[in-house]
Amino acid sequence: MKPIEAPLRREIQRRKRTQTLFAALGLVALMLGVLTFAALFAEMAWNGFARLDWSFFTHFPSRRAAQAGILSAWVGSTLVMLVTAIVAVPLGVAAGVYLEEYAGKNWLTDLIEINITNLAGVPSIVYGLLALGLFVYQFGFGQSILSAGLTLALLILPVVIVATREAVRAIPQSIREGSYALGATQWQTVRYHILPYSSPGILTGVIIGLARAIGETAPIITIGALTFIAFLPPSPLKAEPPYLSFEWLFSPFTVMPIQMFNWTSRPEAAFQANAAAAGFVLVLMTLAMNGVAIWLRYRLRSRIKW
Amino acid sequence: MSAPETFMEQRTALAAKAEVRQLDFYYGDFRALKSISMPVYERHVTALIGPSGCGKSTFLRCFNRMHDLYPGNRYSGEIVLQPDNADLLARGVDPIEVRMRVGMVFQKPNPFPKSVFENVAYGLRVRGEGSRRRIEEKVEQALNDAALWDEVKDRLHQPAYNLSGGQQQRLCIARALATDPELLLFDEPTSALDPIATSSIEELIHDLKQRITILIVTHNMQQAARVSDFTAYMYLGELIEYGVTDELFIKPAKKQTEDYITGRFG
Repeated sequence: MKPIEAPLRREIQRRKRTQTLFAALGLVALMLGVLTFAALFAEMAWNGFARLDWSFFTHFPSRRAAQAGILSAWVGSTLVMLVTAIVAVPLGVAAGVYLEEYAGKNWLTDLIEINITNLAGVPSIVYGLLALGLFVYQFGFGQSILSAGLTLALLILPVVIVATREAVRAIPQSIREGSYALGATQWQTVRYHILPYSSPGILTGVIIGLARAIGETAPIITIGALTFIAFLPPSPLKAEPPYLSFEWLFSPFTVMPIQMFNWTSRPEAAFQANAAAAGFVLVLMTLAMNGVAIWLRYRLRSRIKW
Repeated sequence: MSAPETFMEQRTALAAKAEVRQLDFYYGDFRALKSISMPVYERHVTALIGPSGCGKSTFLRCFNRMHDLYPGNRYSGEIVLQPDNADLLARGVDPIEVRMRVGMVFQKPNPFPKSVFENVAYGLRVRGEGSRRRIEEKVEQALNDAALWDEVKDRLHQPAYNLSGGQQQRLCIARALATDPELLLFDEPTSALDPIATSSIEELIHDLKQRITILIVTHNMQQAARVSDFTAYMYLGELIEYGVTDELFIKPAKKQTEDYITGRFG
């Protein structure tokens, strides 16, 4: 090996400095994002912490800040999310699997693909407007949990479809061929291979979609969620047959971000503290959902290898 | 080793399991197989050899209509399967039916990310076999036939991915055997395996031909010479020469074949 001469050595030193500089810049950029979020979150926690006790979760909103709670909001959010998931998951998964496994590769499929990607970028208020016309008035579902759930389902449908497609595409072709070579039909291949092996990716997509939906405010306000709700929707369980009731679907409701919005628009400092506390709970709910997504992906992925 | 019988002598004593007649195959506009005609003899091993891109895998995949999975592919000509004299490329024939009669083992072991047991049981489940007892019997028998039972009998319900590469490939063979195929296709089954695993697969092929007709694509000419009874040499989508393996390797009729098997080309 030829000895390294001084000019070349200086050049290497210079390159290394550039490298360090870039790494430092990257770190600063990263910290800017992380620290901003951490500061916001910490401030919210600080302001709202005094309000976070059991009664905050078990009380309805009230004109007196100290007695106000988020009972109707968290129950509303949970029920709306339930409807959203029940509607968006089967539709999104079926659409995604159809596009990847069944649809022919032609201009129509391309057009649909482009549109789905675009749908993911449509502002949520537009979905709200559409839902107001369609679900609330046209279908007559009213300003209900059902309308809200359907609206948010539309909103996250593109996310679920895209996640499904990516998960399905990640399955090696050799697995499909192996299945077909044994005489399986397309449905058997989907049922026994495509769906099980893509489920970790789909689940992750679904939860990320739901985590986005739970924080949505604009479309829910558009369809007319109330900002002050001092009752719970009717119970889904009944004492007399048929024991199940779907009345709750048509009940007026409120959700966490709307409750928060309502409180922030009040002048009293005590309500600001309530808003901060509700925001803290909302962020925790979102983080918890993302945490579950990561855990599920990790758990399910470890069983599937190729 | 006994003296090689001549091709004609063997031919009269043999029954054809499949008869390929004037087979053409197109990937879109590209004609990948050109007018191929040859027999595949029952309970013998037929090897397809030739340089990369000569169409041997394409040819093999016609036998279980694998090309039907992708748009733009087209066959013409016939592959007639015996004993029922059915052209498996005919328009009215469902590829699924063909694949239930003709099994396939792929180049890279492709077990499903399921348990050893479920891998082998899959073909039976696809056929709607509901009896757990019959499935268990069949799975054990198939694993035995693939010379894998002793190695996996204590971990039938563990993931197939815990097996070694050679075991995985034998698992794929067991998976294909479980449904009693009449014809078994091997697409370079040992190209991803080490020499020891390769020789165990070759032994297995040798045993299997007692019961099953085998068609094997191989890159490796020594392998073709070791495992096959008949060999077809293909080049640029054409069948250049077909004959009894020993004869084809010792005194090929065509100059092209000779150049390839002596390593002057390909």
